[in-house]
This record gives sequence, structure tokens and C-alpha cells, in this order.
Amino acid sequence: MTEPLLEVEGLTTQLGDEASPSRVVDGLDLQIASGETFALLGESGCGKSMTALSLMRLLPPGGRILSGGVRFAGTDLLRLTEAEMRRVRGGGMAMIFQEPQTSLNPVLTVGAQIAEAVRVHEGISQARIRERVVDLLRSVGISEPERRVEAYPHQLSGGMKQRVMIAMALAGDPRLLIADEPTTALDVTIQAQVLSLIKDLRRETGMAVLLITHDLGVVAETADRLAVMYAGQIVETAEVAEFFAGPAHPYSRKLMESLPSAEKRHGRLAMISGRVPTLDQAFQGCRFADRCDSVMPICRETVPEWHLLERGRRVRCHLWDTDVPPAFETSVDDESASGHSGVAAMSRDEAREPLLRAIDLKVHFPIHRGLFRRVVGQVKAVDGLSLDLHSGRTLALVGESGCGKTTAGKGILQLIRPTGGSVLYRDRDLVGLGHRKMRAYRKELQVIFQDPYASMNPRMLVGDVVGEGLQALGIEPSRAGRARRVAELLELVGMDPEAARRYPHEFSGGQRQRICIARALAVEPRLIVCDEPTSALDVSVQAQILNLLKDLQVRLGLSYLFITHNIAVVAYLAQEVAVMYLGRVVERGSVDEVLDDPRHPYTRALFSAVPSVAPGKRRAVIRLEGDMPSPSHPPQGCHFHPRCPLASSECARAYPPEIGLSDSHSARCFHLD
Amino acid sequence: MTPVLLWTDALIYLLLVIAIAFGLYAARHEHLRAPWRRVLRSRIGMATLIVLAGYASIAVLDSVHFRLKVDRPGGEPVYAPEVLSLFDLALSGLRERQEVTYSAPFATHLYVKEAVDLPGGGVTRAYPRLIHGGAHLADPAADRVGDILTRVLVGMLKGLLLWMAVVGALLWLSGRRRAESWRVTWAGWRSPGTEIPWTTALAVLGGLLVLGCVAGELAAEYHILGTDKVGEDVFYQTLKSVRTGLLIGTLTTLVMLPAAILLGIAAGYFRGWVDDLIQYLYTTLNSIPGVLLIAAAILMLQVYMSNHAESFSSLVERADLRLLFLCVILGVTSWTGLCRLLRGESLKLREADYVQASLALGVGHFTLITRHILPNVMHIVIITLVLDFSGLVLAEAVLSYVNIGVDPTMNSWGNMINSARLELARDPVVWWSLAAAFLFMFVLVLAANLFADVVRDAFDPRIRATR
Repeated sequence: MTEPLLEVEGLTTQLGDEASPSRVVDGLDLQIASGETFALLGESGCGKSMTALSLMRLLPPGGRILSGGVRFAGTDLLRLTEAEMRRVRGGGMAMIFQEPQTSLNPVLTVGAQIAEAVRVHEGISQARIRERVVDLLRSVGISEPERRVEAYPHQLSGGMKQRVMIAMALAGDPRLLIADEPTTALDVTIQAQVLSLIKDLRRETGMAVLLITHDLGVVAETADRLAVMYAGQIVETAEVAEFFAGPAHPYSRKLMESLPSAEKRHGRLAMISGRVPTLDQAFQGCRFADRCDSVMPICRETVPEWHLLERGRRVRCHLWDTDVPPAFETSVDDESASGHSGVAAMSRDEAREPLLRAIDLKVHFPIHRGLFRRVVGQVKAVDGLSLDLHSGRTLALVGESGCGKTTAGKGILQLIRPTGGSVLYRDRDLVGLGHRKMRAYRKELQVIFQDPYASMNPRMLVGDVVGEGLQALGIEPSRAGRARRVAELLELVGMDPEAARRYPHEFSGGQRQRICIARALAVEPRLIVCDEPTSALDVSVQAQILNLLKDLQVRLGLSYLFITHNIAVVAYLAQEVAVMYLGRVVERGSVDEVLDDPRHPYTRALFSAVPSVAPGKRRAVIRLEGDMPSPSHPPQGCHFHPRCPLASSECARAYPPEIGLSDSHSARCFHLD
Repeated sequence: MTPVLLWTDALIYLLLVIAIAFGLYAARHEHLRAPWRRVLRSRIGMATLIVLAGYASIAVLDSVHFRLKVDRPGGEPVYAPEVLSLFDLALSGLRERQEVTYSAPFATHLYVKEAVDLPGGGVTRAYPRLIHGGAHLADPAADRVGDILTRVLVGMLKGLLLWMAVVGALLWLSGRRRAESWRVTWAGWRSPGTEIPWTTALAVLGGLLVLGCVAGELAAEYHILGTDKVGEDVFYQTLKSVRTGLLIGTLTTLVMLPAAILLGIAAGYFRGWVDDLIQYLYTTLNSIPGVLLIAAAILMLQVYMSNHAESFSSLVERADLRLLFLCVILGVTSWTGLCRLLRGESLKLREADYVQASLALGVGHFTLITRHILPNVMHIVIITLVLDFSGLVLAEAVLSYVNIGVDPTMNSWGNMINSARLELARDPVVWWSLAAAFLFMFVLVLAANLFADVVRDAFDPRIRATR
């Protein structure tokens, strides 16, 4: 390795006031060579973003760099004046952020915003600026750049906005691009586009990329080297290939094991007990000691030093103190394997009669215009959705954002009044039932939402939150009976019953999601609609929740309608899959059939875009052009045909009928062979 | 004496009861207590709260009305026709020391020349001595300054003593509750970085007490803010105006609150035709010029009152009804702003996951609104109330100035400013009525605005998140 482009030594950053400072970055060392992609991996709150902001010297108020050195291309960044630093930002190092929606000014055209960046970094004449802006837009793969220059941010889709952000970052020809979760807010197909764009740009310009992410799959597909961060420190650095072949630090190992996948579906996912320690304390010994399975007495007393392994690989763990590499046992236990067969047995009995059937379900939102609020159009969020869910089984409803899967879930629960079609729960139609009549079915159908922070009233005690259904449906009218039941429920989801007397904000995301599950379980439902229940959670916490959901299914015989965009979770949890595109199910079948042999071109593209950690399993990414069309103006004929690689003239004429491929597997496409 | 319960008095008592009940309820609920604790921990919040409490105690004292028994030997008891308040009793000296006409602050002579009988016969035009102001001085020109200074000193001394007594009582109470010596408590209060800014609180309290005692000491012999055209003490008038100002500021919100909350939440929660109807209602109401509506209503009331003079037993009662009516009509014109805010917030909350989860659990609409929506819009209600308060106090002044405010017989800053119109036009200028009204109103509105800022910061969830 030649002289590194960026060299960070002992960087320590502190946040908060003097009274209770937290060291969000503590003694961080890293080196990035020119032209390489270096990934900084970690769960939320471990200090990855603060590291990036420290490098750019853009810390929020109250943040300061206490010690350490940042050498970038031979200059010490921490000694530069603010004026000199401004030249480095954008010119030497550029940064793109997670949320493209909020990073662009909505009242300026994207051309003007890129031109601003160009003007700052290159003293070129007014006339040539536009040329350069168009060049930049073209280089980030935006079609018709001459026209897009005049577009406002709201006229662009999320993926396009992120491209514009990248174009702005490229304006100064940076030598290092810091990408802070650049694809977290994007869908997988768009994520694949943006990641391959970053890869191409790196190859063309030779810049280095510091990729900050929590997604192991993204790291595996994009980066050359990586560093794993935990509680403000780097615990392991390695080459990507070696890391995924066998992580050295127990934390990295656990992270890998807690990833859901098809192979793990018959067991439980590994969990990391406890939570990331808060950073406002003084640490003694290893920061991971409290959650580590291989903890030794020495871990709690002495801070582990760096151990240099082969090929520049370094790890910070006492297990490597001896010369013998430690042996890890895989901690997937088979305790629930028997339970799983129980599910299979039960499902065989009841397989004939679906518990829930949606037939041609439609949810349209009218668009009102003008003084008299005439209806001028319909947003067809769900447009003819049909699915069957059998008792004790899990049906995963998969799709990208905007395809109507959440609306479908709410339509099934009658939280939104469907426009047409029917929802049969045990052969009784729920559509059109009034608020009062529907109450009889509320007990049977429950829901868990995506954002555990928004799904509990912040002004209610946890006990009241969980007991709300018991009270509303008159199951436990007495206060004492309710309290007893709430305590049982909290225990069922693995929480301390004491939690009932506390407020939701005192709990972490994973704990809140458990409370939400307890609330849904309170009325003893038969079916739970899980609307992306783990997508706001970290990998290790996601594993806890998925295990819990699986256990509960076995114990209580629940059925789940699992709405998600995460294919790995589907493979782990579901028995059946339905893939949605623009308000309709394009393919459905059992999980093995659909995941192993996707037949619809959209399903294929979707699955191929999912980044995978297993090097052997990677498929060639089928790149989809453009974005999902607006549901207010769906394309004629097959909704997918404008983006479909197989499209023919037939596709534009009519929507393809459902074609059965086996008893359970069917898809809606003219080109199935 | 026999108590007299005016309409506004009853409403003030109701407001006090609501406030105390809410205080007791909030004290047991952490999420309600936390923002108020943040208010108390801010220096400005504490200081302005004490100033506002000073005003409020005047208003409350001034709201206990009764008629005094007239002493008459034998026979059944007879009550004086005059309705007085506790506050009037406390200031009976000020109330009764009437001069002939204008006199300047601290003056010993009238502000206008009058015909004075010379001792040796004949008449001359001179500034006569005041009947009460500085009447105890033998030689006003020589003694006045010295006398005023002594009184200031005595007043300060009394104020300090009173302050020490209050601090001592507070120390004793706090020490007993925490079972520690008063010295420890005192040291704790004085150490920097205490949670509650005790030093600020005690300093403001001390300042108020000293000022009050000095004013009381001086007012015993002088008209410290002069007298008005009919010789009434301006200081007394200004103090009496406090109740009017506070009433307008608080009762108006009390009147408009139910409508704003009910309609705002209903519009946002039920949407559809309910929303259309309520939006139509407040858009229409909002497009009627407020001042015209108020003028029309007040003029109608005036006509009604003069036609039914027999149904009012006293002038005070009549003025009181007009004040109440003014509050109502101000409330009717001012609920739309809050209603609009609440509609927007309810629209947003309705889609919140926890509301959806409740719906999925089969919770009824009414329970859902009271349990989930109302508590989560309460911060908006409180912020709006506090912000509106100062605006309403000022609105009263403006309305009285154009003669559609409170009854002309009622003491109010607006009426004082209205009469100042003529006083400022005459030569030499009579400035003290206007200055006194301005000073008291300014202090109240400033304190209310600063307090509102603190309350908003404490309640606004977005501001809290960035700290």
C-alpha cells in the first residue's frame, strides 16, 4: 500500500455539555488509500456519522474534537483555518447524506444548486457553468440532462435526487467521497442503481470512497476494506472478502449470525443480548464485554489492544491474546425446530380453508381540485389485490415503497375504507362494515407498525398502552384484572412487567416494538398484520424481534401478513410470498418457489438487486431503468412494461391474466417462459 | 356585609378551580409536569411568573365583591348601595382621598389655578393646596423632598422586612419538608446552578415587595401618580384596571376554548363533510371584520341595557355584564386561529400509528379523541393561550379607546387612555394618566410575552429535540 490518502490517528470527538459529555468517537484510527472503497460498518449510535462529520469538521453545536490527527493528502485538517477548510470540503473531500429529500433546497432548480457547487470550486466563466452542470448530470446517469437542469427537486424521484446529490459532490472533483448511508432511504432496485453508479464513478475518477452503512450486504457488494465500529471505537478492520469468510471479533460474528436468511429459517437467529452502552460513561475493559458470549474475566478489566493478524487485518479482542486463533461455535440453536414442524402439521390441517381472503381489493384515493372539490382523478394505491392467508402461516407481501403494500394492509384491517373488492375473514366480508359492526372482528385482526417510536402515545404509560384493547373491547373491564393481564403479556414478549409503570420514551426501539407486539397480542388475535416491523431497527435487534414473532407463531398459532421490502426477512420468516407492483400482486407462491425460481421479470429484477453477504450467491443485477410510475397514472396494459426488459407490444395492450405455474405458484405476465 | 357575586367573579373562581385542579392532576403525571418544570427552571420564566402572580393577586382580591353594612342604630340592617371589593377596602384611603381636579404626581397644589379667597378679603387666582396630597406638610416647598425621601427609606425598610419574613417562611417550609436545617437550604438556594433559579425568584420577589411598600408608604400622603379631572387618584385607578385587563385576557380564552377545541379536533379527526362544514364556518367568521362585529354587538347591548335599566341593581353590575359580553364577543371572533391550528394537528395525529393501532383495537371515537388526540394537542392550546393573552389585553385598550370597549364607568387602561386624548391636547399637558396606564400595561404585557416565550420553548417538542 502506498501513502494513504486519508490517515486518521486517535481521533476523539466529544458531544454534549461539560457536565455530561459523551465521547461519540473514541481513539479512532483508520487509513484510506486512493481509489479504494472503505466501509465503516456499525449499528445506529455507534458513532459512524460523527466520525464522518469530524473528518469534515462539520460537527453539530456542542461537538468538539478533543485529540487526534486527520491527515488528508499530506495536510493536517485539524490545523487548517476555517477558510482553508472550506476549500477542502467539496474540493478534496465531498459528502453525500442519507436523506436526499431534505438535502436539496426545494425552491431552487437542481441546475442552480449544482451550479453553486461548481462556482465555489472551479473559477470558470458563467457560460461554461451550465455546460459543466449538464456534464455532471450526465455523468451520474440522469437521462436528458439538458432538460433536468431546469427541474425542481420535487419533480424528481428519490433515486434521481440522490444522483443529483452525488453530482453536487462531484462538482469539485473530490479525491475522497464520504457517503453517509447513501442508499438507506432508497428502494433495493434504486439502491442497486446508486451503488453501481458510485462504483463506476470511482473507477472513472479514481477517487476514494468512505462508505458509512449499517447494511452488511451493501458492504459485501461495494467495499474493498471495512472497519466495524462499536460504541465509538473500531473493533475490527479487514479486507471485505476475508471478513465475510470469517469475522474475527465476536461482535462482527454476532452481526453476521443475526442476519436473517433462507438457510436459517429452521432455527433461531443469533441475538446480541442487551443494548449498545451509552457513551457518556468511562469504560473499563472491553466495551462489548457485557454482551459478549465469549467473555473472560480479563475483558472486564483491561482494554483490549490491537492484534495484527494476517494481511493487514486487525482486531481488538482479548480472544486473540494467545497465539491460537479462537474457535467459535455457531450459536444457532435448534430448540424451536420441533416447534416448526408443529406449524407444518397445523397448516396441513387447515390448509384448505384460508383464514383470510382478499379478492380484487381496491383502495383508491380521490384527487380533489378546484373550488367545489371536484374529483379529477384517483390515486390507485391498491388496484385489484387478491391473496389468501392460511391459519398459522405467514404470508409476506413484498414490494418497493409506493407499491401500495401498507395501504393494502390497512385496507384489509378496514382502517382505510376500501373502494371495491372484498376481504373475507372466515368467509365473512369485512368490507362495508360500519365502525360498530367491525368491532366484533377487531379482536381477531391486529396490527404492528413500522416505526416503534410513533406507534405509542407518548403521554400514556406502557401499561395503559398494552391494556387499551382489553379495555376498549371489554375483555378485562376491571383495572386489577387488566394490570395482571398486562404483566403476563409483557412477560410473554420478554419484557420486565415493571415496564407497565413507565413511559414509552424510556425504552429503546427494540423494546418498544416488543411493547407494540404485546398490545396487539392483548386481545388474542388470530391474525396480525405486521407492517415492516423491523425495518426501523438495527440488525441485532431485528433478530430479536423476528425470533419473538416466530416463537409466538408457534406458541399461539398466529397467522401473519408480513409486509416488508426486506427479502432476507421474507426468506427467514414466511411460508408464502406475494410480490406487489403498483397496486397489484404480480407473482405469488410458496417461499421456495418464488425465491428460488422467480418467474415474473419484476420479481427477478427485485431479487437480483438485493445485496447479499454470501459471495457465491450473488446474481447478476438486472438493472431496471427509471422509477415506479405514479399510481395516479398507471401505464396502459401491464403496469411494469415501460421498465420491463422483456416487454413486447402485447404488454402495452392489456394487463396479463394470472397464469398458474404450479398449485401454489402463479404470476401475471405474458412472457413466463 | 353581604357578598355580591358578579358574573365575572364567578367565572374567575371557575378559572381558579380549573387551574388548581389541572395543577393537582399535572403534578401526578410526569409528561404534564415536565414542561412546567422546564418553565420554572428558566430564569425569565420564574421572574415573569412572579410578576404575573403579583398582577393576578391584585385581580383576585379585586374580584371578591360585597356591600358594606351601613351603621344605623336599631332596626333591620341596611346595606350600602355601593359594591366594593376586598381590594377597595385595602385601598380605602386612596379611594376616599379625592381632590377637586387635576394634580401632578407628588404635588401639594392643584394643577390648575382657582379663585382663592384671600384672608383679608378679596379673591385672587392661585394654585390652591390639595385637600389630601401633602396636606401634612407645614411648608411644602421646603419639606416636601425631605419628607418623600424619608418615606422612601421607611418603605424600603418595611419592604425588606416583609421580604425577609417571606424568605424565612419559605426556608422554614422547605427545610421542614426535606428535614434539614434552614442554613443548608439557604446555601443550596444560593449555590450556582440550582435547578430552580432561587436567587432570581427571591430577587424579583424582593424587588416587588420593596416597590410595593415604598409605593404604599408614599401613597398614604401623596398622589404618587397624580389625580385625574375629577380629582380621583390615578394610582388607584391603574390598580383597579388590573382586574379588567386580566379578565379580558383570561376569560376571553375561557369562552373561546371549548368551541376551538371541539370544532378543531372534530374537523381534523372526522374529516369529510364535518371538516367542510367547520372550515366553512370559521372561514366565514374570519372574513367579517372583527372590530365591526364587536362594535355592533356592544352597541346592541347598550341599547338593551338602557331599555331595561330596571334589571340591574347597580352600576357595577351593569358594567360587569358589559365586560362579560365584551369577553364573549372577543372570544367569538378569536377562536378561529386556534381552531385552525388544532384541525391541522388533528389531521396529522389521526394518521399517527398509535391512533391507527387504537382504531384497530376497536376503541370508540370519543375515547380515542380524549385519550390520544386531546392530550397531544394540549401543548398547542397552552402555547396559544399564553401568546393570545397579551394581545387581548392590548385589544381591550384599543376597543375602549374607540368607545366600544368596557363601560365608561369601569376602571380600565383603555378608558384611561381614552380620557388622555383630551388631557394631552390641553396646555399645560396632563401626562400622568397616560403614563400610568402605559407603565402598568407595559409591564404586564412584557411579562406575559416573555413568559409566553418560555412556555412555548418548554412545550414545543421540536425545540426540545434540538437541545
